[in-house]
Amino acid sequence: MTLLMALLKRKSVALSLLFILIVVVAAVFAPWLAPYDPTEQFFDGLTIEGAPLPPNSDFYFGTDLLGRDLLSRIIYGARTSLIIGVVSNGIAVIIGTLVGVTAGFVRGWTGSLLMRFTDLMMSFPALLLAIALAAILRPSLWIVALVIAMVNWVQIARVIYSETISIAAKDFVAVERTIGASSLRILFSHLLPHLLPTILVWATLGISTTVLLEATLSFLGVGVQPPMPSWGNIIFESQTYFTSALWLVLFPGVAIIALSLSFNLVGDALRDELDPTLKGRL
Amino acid sequence: MSLPDNSRASRVLSVERLSIDISHEHETQRVVDDLSFQLHAGQTLCIAGESGSGKSLSSLAIMGLLPKVARLPSGAILYQDRDLTELSDRQMSRLRGRDIAMIFQEPMTSLNPLMSVGQQLEETIRRHKLDEGSGAKRRAWEILDAVRVPHVEKRLKQYPHELSGGMRQRVMIAMAMVCRPKVLIADEPTTALDVTIQAQILELMRELQQAFDTALLMITHDMGVVAEMADDVVVMNQGVVEEQASARELFLQPKSPYTRKLLAAVPRLGAAVTLPSRAQAARVLEVSDLRVRFPIRRQSPFAPATEVCAVEGVSFELGAGETLGLVGESGCGKSTTGKALMNMLTYSGSVKLDGRELSGLQGKALKAVRRDIQMIFQDPFSALNPRKTVGELIAEPLLVHGLANAAQRRQRVEELLLQVDLPAAAALRYPHQFSGGQRQRICIARALALEPRVIIADEPVSALDVSVQAQVLELMKSLQDRMGLSYLFISHDMAVVEQVCHRVAVMYCGQIVEIGSCQQVLHNPQHAYTQRLLSAVPMPDIDHKRDFKALLQVDEVPDPIKPRGHRLPDIHYAEPQAGHFVALSSA
Repeated sequence: MTLLMALLKRKSVALSLLFILIVVVAAVFAPWLAPYDPTEQFFDGLTIEGAPLPPNSDFYFGTDLLGRDLLSRIIYGARTSLIIGVVSNGIAVIIGTLVGVTAGFVRGWTGSLLMRFTDLMMSFPALLLAIALAAILRPSLWIVALVIAMVNWVQIARVIYSETISIAAKDFVAVERTIGASSLRILFSHLLPHLLPTILVWATLGISTTVLLEATLSFLGVGVQPPMPSWGNIIFESQTYFTSALWLVLFPGVAIIALSLSFNLVGDALRDELDPTLKGRL
Repeated sequence: MSLPDNSRASRVLSVERLSIDISHEHETQRVVDDLSFQLHAGQTLCIAGESGSGKSLSSLAIMGLLPKVARLPSGAILYQDRDLTELSDRQMSRLRGRDIAMIFQEPMTSLNPLMSVGQQLEETIRRHKLDEGSGAKRRAWEILDAVRVPHVEKRLKQYPHELSGGMRQRVMIAMAMVCRPKVLIADEPTTALDVTIQAQILELMRELQQAFDTALLMITHDMGVVAEMADDVVVMNQGVVEEQASARELFLQPKSPYTRKLLAAVPRLGAAVTLPSRAQAARVLEVSDLRVRFPIRRQSPFAPATEVCAVEGVSFELGAGETLGLVGESGCGKSTTGKALMNMLTYSGSVKLDGRELSGLQGKALKAVRRDIQMIFQDPFSALNPRKTVGELIAEPLLVHGLANAAQRRQRVEELLLQVDLPAAAALRYPHQFSGGQRQRICIARALALEPRVIIADEPVSALDVSVQAQVLELMKSLQDRMGLSYLFISHDMAVVEQVCHRVAVMYCGQIVEIGSCQQVLHNPQHAYTQRLLSAVPMPDIDHKRDFKALLQVDEVPDPIKPRGHRLPDIHYAEPQAGHFVALSSA
């Protein structure tokens, strides 16, 4: 609770938390909040010439190329983006941390094996791997989330690995050994707390990249399948009309940026609050 | 025409009423206040002081290299009738290196690791337009020869990582001296070096100064170095000049109370009352034929398997309530010995604690033994987890061994803090809120938590200022008297060892070459290496300047890399006096 209070004291963080809360609420209560069905193609959603409508009193965010309500699509899209962003990025961070910490702490034979595997994964182009995996497994929201996680854990593992090695070399870890502490105790009470800032930064930074990767996959036809909306595929569907129908790219784009920025700010603030050596210096 | 004023003619640089402010956020802190001094050609001025005294910042101000947060609210630095504080960056960078050169503490980080020694020297020569092409090459050769680097041809092609610390510092000096600067600033030039290397570098700087008539400004915390080098001394404390005098005056009649305190705190070799030997005490720790070897990864599958012989056949005993000093230079295996005793490395040989064999213990048995043998590390900054409170850190051993419940632990932490003279309230704070000396006390409290019989102290005071050093040593002694602790005191500082140890063992290349009481080893050394080591210790005594010339030629240290399984010949010891053993050279 005190942590939350400390976080809310900073204006930017309070705003970020508010925005994240709005997105979460929108995702959960989408059927009640959205003014229309996101897949319904309205007869009056297009002009006589068949162009999408700009924002007006019927459709607050305008309509898309097929005459669907953009606001409803963005509200439903929040579900996809949040699931992809949080779940798949979460899985990536967990796998990456596990592999990195194990390799960096155990070292030796196990460590090299894990890291060589990581290097192998890294040497595949991420997009190609994602496409291959998505093509083998029938694409659905959860499969896409899993595929993105499989691609994204690699960098995290690398970073965590080198960080673990440098922390494990510190004298206070040696002290723990001389005291007689078990490896698990050293790991959980002396190593992981120091890795937390890095983990948090990756956990928040990764959200924006995963949301974008999902958009790319959707565009290539192996992501979330239309007509199910996601912020990414809304942008990709309409990117060629960027100059004539700016709102189609602007609203989902702003949503993606605002969400990843919010997560970044919250992550930064969390890292500062959890580090005792920084307290009082601000 | 009047006679030229001699002192004026030789004055090269003068600092007039210099103050430095550091602004942090909205606060401004004065870190150097009203500092004035003059540098004369061919003379040495030492600025002495403990950490945070502002001595390094003053030298950076002369070089125009102050960090961005620093400002000069008042004062002037006059060089050749120009005020350096008013020069532009460009003008300053033309002066740097050519007229005013600087040597830093850590030679490895001040040399570019991607350029060979020759390239770096030639770059300096070309940059200051001293010479071009083959002329630059010749100059580089000459200057390396002048700093007494052996095998100059070979060294020019080598990269910094291929050189030893002493060689690197010589290259740094060569780079600084190649333009024959009028002023040479040396910021703790020998602090990172071993005593014998330190003696070599100090002697070299003396000689070069004579040859080139350079004005030398030396920044140091070591009063021994001050006594060896200085003509004049400025003593600084917290940015304020405490005393400014000729070296002789300062050491013989120190005026300011701070200087007196500082000089009193400096351990002097030969001044301590040697502690009586405790030969009768019961033996707590018996080490016999300890060997530690580190395998080296093969370069190719066909290369012979090799290993580094870090510790070879080390044997000694430690009595109850006794302190055994383990001295030697870096790389001699003294820290490795300490780590082996803590079972942090695999080793062969036997280590007995109270008759129990420690070698090969694992798991529960090892954990049980750890209660009786604990370690204090050199760097109190990295030995304390910055994310835990002091209370958690001190209670950690109790928690790991499941010795007490939460309330008992809190009480025990309080007791331990009081024992090391820290307030009980310290338990709630974090390590970074304490000074270096206080942190080392926290480390000691943690080591005491399990009530060990033996404490291995690996350079416990090397990272601390002298005045703080004295307090920590005093604390260690009083704890020993109260609890009957035995210390294995690993150190490179002979004077400190003399103060706290009952017996001393001297290590060289992984072996003990001499062991005996303090009196025997430090005052009547028998082995050639011990003698060499002791003759290199700078003395804070102005009337006994040491002659380091004999040390100036470089000795080749035997290569510690041996084929795997190679067995070095056993060492045989002579016993000139009871309890005093001296290794016989195998030849």
